[in-house]
Parts: sequence; C-alpha cells; structure tokens
Amino acid sequence: MEKTGDKLIIAGREFNSRLIIGTSRYPDPGTMLAAIEASGAEMVTVSIRRLNLTEPSRESPVELLRDRYTILPNTAGCYTAREAVLTAQLAREALGTNWVKLEVIGDDDTLFPDIPELLKAAEQLLADGFVVLPYCSDDPITCRKLSDMGCAAVMPLGAPIGSGMGIRNPYNLRIIRDQIDTPLIVDAGVGTASDAALAMELGFDGILLNTAVAQAQHPVDMARAMRLGVEAGRLAYRAGRIPRRLYANASSPLEGVIGHDTDG
Amino acid sequence: MDLKINGESKSFSDSASLLALLEQFDVHPDATGVAVALNDVVVPRAQWATTDVTDGDSIEIIRAVQGG
Repeated sequence: MEKTGDKLIIAGREFNSRLIIGTSRYPDPGTMLAAIEASGAEMVTVSIRRLNLTEPSRESPVELLRDRYTILPNTAGCYTAREAVLTAQLAREALGTNWVKLEVIGDDDTLFPDIPELLKAAEQLLADGFVVLPYCSDDPITCRKLSDMGCAAVMPLGAPIGSGMGIRNPYNLRIIRDQIDTPLIVDAGVGTASDAALAMELGFDGILLNTAVAQAQHPVDMARAMRLGVEAGRLAYRAGRIPRRLYANASSPLEGVIGHDTDG
Repeated sequence: MDLKINGESKSFSDSASLLALLEQFDVHPDATGVAVALNDVVVPRAQWATTDVTDGDSIEIIRAVQGG
C-alpha cells in the first residue's frame, strides 16, 4: 500500500496506484482482467480502431473495463497531428472522456515519436479542452516544451515500445525530473520489475506499461511484481538514497575492536 | 451516391441521414464505445438523425479496442 498522502495527482484527479497498464496482447480476456487486478492499476489504456462493418459480433473486452477503471484512450498508430487529433476527438465521443494518451509516431520500426507532429497535436488538443498525456522521447527540451504548453503529464519513453529494454538513458530521466514539476511517467520500454523500480527511484511519478506484463510467461505474477516494483521504487525515492562513494565506509563501529592497544 | 466508409468505397441508391446509414451497419445511437466522424468532423450521436450524408462524403466509424 502507498503511504497515505502519497497519491498520484494528474489534472486534479487522484490515483492511489502509480501504475497505468495497457489492455493489449494478453493471452485472453480473463488473463487480462486478472493481471490488471493484480497490478493494482486504476487507469488502463485502450486504442481506437475502425469498426469492422462485416463482423457479426462486436463485443469488445473494453466494455468489461469501463465500470471499474479510468479509461485512457491512446492515439496509437497515428503518424500525423491531423490523424491524432481526430482520433482523440472520436475517443472523447466514444468513451466520454477528454483524457488522451497522445501518441504520434515517426516510423514502424522504432515507434519513436514524431516530435514536430506531436507538439502540433498537443497544442490543438489542449486548445480543444483535452487533458493531454503525451508519449515522447527522453529529450529534456521536448519534455519541457510539452510541460510548458500545459500537458497534464509528460511521458518520455524508457526504451522503444514493446522492446523490454528498460531505462536506456537514466541520466536524461534525471535531468528531466530536475527540470520539470509536471507529473512524469515512463511510458514504454519497461521489461521487468527492476526497470519500473529504477524509474521510480529517479523520481518519476508513475509507470505506464503493457507488453512486459501481457507477454510475460505468467502475466498475473508479473503484474504483481510490477506493482511491488513501482511501490518499492517510490518508497526508495522518498526515503532518500545514500550517496555513492568509491571506497568502503564501515557500518559497524570502529571503537572497541579487540586486539588493539588503547594506551598509545 | 458514392461514399467512403472506413476507407472503403460503397454505393447507395438514395441519399439518407447519417442515422439511417449507420443502422444499415447495425450501429445504433445506444451503442457504447462507438463514435462517428463525417469528413473528419466528429458527429455526436444525438445529431446522427439530423445529419445528412451526400455524394462523396467520407465516414469513419470507430470503437475502442484493447491497446497499450
């Protein structure tokens, strides 16, 4: 459990959990629901896609989630500001939320964000009254611009989406934390619980992940591990780690060790 | 009238309201998690009945799916 008073607050909304989890790529809907439950997450991400007009059954597992979780629609798959803005507006109408995880990608191989398009989309969506949580690169200047524009949280990647490569540039994340007071969430790259803990120890406010849990051999167990990793990292950050030093510093008292003459 | 629906060209004999068109695809105003854009502008479901579609219009019908 989080300490009382240590809630994640985004755009005035309070969350007890600092983990946001995706709903994609699980072996089956039952595992998805159990994993989300085990993760302790209160907010889950969904995507917006064309309705298959010839498909007879249109039941979506998303409907199972709407009563229990805060739904955060994303604009995954959008390459331009125009596509991302329309997708966000469709999501607002479909789901009744003005929150959006803004994703504007540059290419299929890296899924890295297209920053000029991302900034353009963020500006338009903010002007349209959205609560914008942009997925962005781990570049301090980009993050600061998004924060200054009024994004409710800024979400730099730890590593490419789905890569499980962890936190590839912790030094940038530290700089970003130093420079920005807006809630910061590592979005993408987390592969296992220690990655999540590291990001939290760097002072990030939360973690957004999906593949690391959904594609783990045991998704429900990994979901719990992520929950604990996030909590451990957060507690360690708040507790304040000791400085690193190159040489030893004995933890046991030096006074009174036997075998030494004490009369000089 | 020729329309583009979810990127696919389709022909219809008569012009119609957006609502009538959507109902041909079993999309009703009480459907949850669904939204519609006409020529890149979202049409709230309350306005489906009073919105006309005309030749050359482009329509996107979306829903929420699992995502990351």
